[in-house]
Amino acid sequence: MLKRIRNLVRSFTLSELLRGMSLTGRRFGSKKLTVRYPEEKTPQSPRFRGLHALRRYPSGEERCIGCKLCEAVCPALAITIDTEEREDGSRRTTRYDIDLFKCVYCGFCEEACPVDAIVETRVFEYSFFERGQQVMTKDMLLEVGAKHEDQIASDREASIFD
Amino acid sequence: MIDWWQNLVAPFPPLLLTVAYMLVFILVLFACVAYATLAERRVLGFMQVRLGPNRVGPQGLGQPIADALKLMFKEMILPNDADRFLFRTAPLLSMAPALAAWAVIPFSEHLNFADINAGLLYILAMTSLGVYGVIVAGWASNSKYALLGSLRSAAQIVSYEIAMGFALVGVLMASGSLNLGDIVMAQQGSILNWYWLPLLPLFLTYLIAGIAETNRAPFDVVEGESEIVAGFHVEYSGMGFAMFFLAEYANIILISALTALLFLGGWLSPLEGILPAHTFHLPVIGVLLGSGAHWFIAKTSFFIFCFLWFRATFPRYRYDQIMRLGWKVLLPITLIWIVVEGVLLYLQIPPWFD
Repeated sequence: MLKRIRNLVRSFTLSELLRGMSLTGRRFGSKKLTVRYPEEKTPQSPRFRGLHALRRYPSGEERCIGCKLCEAVCPALAITIDTEEREDGSRRTTRYDIDLFKCVYCGFCEEACPVDAIVETRVFEYSFFERGQQVMTKDMLLEVGAKHEDQIASDREASIFD
Repeated sequence: MIDWWQNLVAPFPPLLLTVAYMLVFILVLFACVAYATLAERRVLGFMQVRLGPNRVGPQGLGQPIADALKLMFKEMILPNDADRFLFRTAPLLSMAPALAAWAVIPFSEHLNFADINAGLLYILAMTSLGVYGVIVAGWASNSKYALLGSLRSAAQIVSYEIAMGFALVGVLMASGSLNLGDIVMAQQGSILNWYWLPLLPLFLTYLIAGIAETNRAPFDVVEGESEIVAGFHVEYSGMGFAMFFLAEYANIILISALTALLFLGGWLSPLEGILPAHTFHLPVIGVLLGSGAHWFIAKTSFFIFCFLWFRATFPRYRYDQIMRLGWKVLLPITLIWIVVEGVLLYLQIPPWFD
């Protein structure tokens, strides 16, 4: 009985409705969470997995030794590698293609690589306008690596497991 | 300033002037409606801790214009087996009453189109007519969802019309007039003399019934996108859709204006009776502080904001709950309060009914 009266009073004073409105009213003035994308960007982790790159050693020698571990580990079968023996007797890739339509950006290739050659950079704003452009060739990957080497190196430094 | 204006327009025939005033007013109203849509999206956004549309022009002020242009260039698709005539008429049927009702709304003591004695009855008639647009649209679309939406709308509007009518009867009893100008003048005195206080239950009932009447959240089962897609206007596209949209917002503005007139003293200044009388005769501040159309617009805007606030806060009612609220809660409240008010009037209780 007492409970029914309390419920009646509660519904006729609209207290619950007013409480709900005070909540939305408070949010009305609060700081907004929206990130105005092209002008503002969300912070990225040093382990961000974006566009791929192939790295070189400071001497200019390319790191990739054509071991095909990345190709083997790739769950989406996005990586295709051909290798050949160079004049100095070392094994190097003649073809290193990543199909970005197949790639799921899992980062396994990066983890599998014994020489830190294939990496995923922080670059995520890229697009293709024609069919076929989605396949990143070895030259393109090396170019990305050269362009972002400083960032890549510092990110590797920041995310080393002890 | 008024003399100067009257001298300027004196050579023109009064009928021409009235038509010109109306055209100007409708244009202004359309602009208000367009910006009400922007206000809705931004207010909803702000209450959901996001920004809402802010890309087109500064603070998104170009958004309504962009939307209007887009809708104008869209094709209006006619469904198979739809009633061609009624399908095209329905948007007009829902738009016209929302505009026509403005004819009797007084903006200030002398600023209105038609100062008719049965203003309140006219308003009641016009707001009820709006439902025909919805019903005709639902029927003419030859679509199950649209028909279901319009049936819901018919049932809902009939149910809430009664509570709304009784709330208006309370105002009518208190003011002793059906003329909207006289109703406002009867509330003169101070903020405590306005009808929101002596008629508080009727005020809340009217506001709730008004929301239901305009098919707004939390009473928007007519559109109910989770159940019947978009209700009565599923089949509409392009300008037909835009007309329903405009009608909805025009109705919101209308109901807000009516609430301001009937319960919050219309153009009367809330500072009356608080500030000493001579402050209202000061050169510029006196005009701002004193009664005038600006207070009416401010009060109307407040209620429009409340409409958006309710939408941001309350989840949609279930259909049977809407019927329960209308018939078993709001209707008894209004009936009881009309009796209470009758007793108060009979005993001439000051300060309201003496």
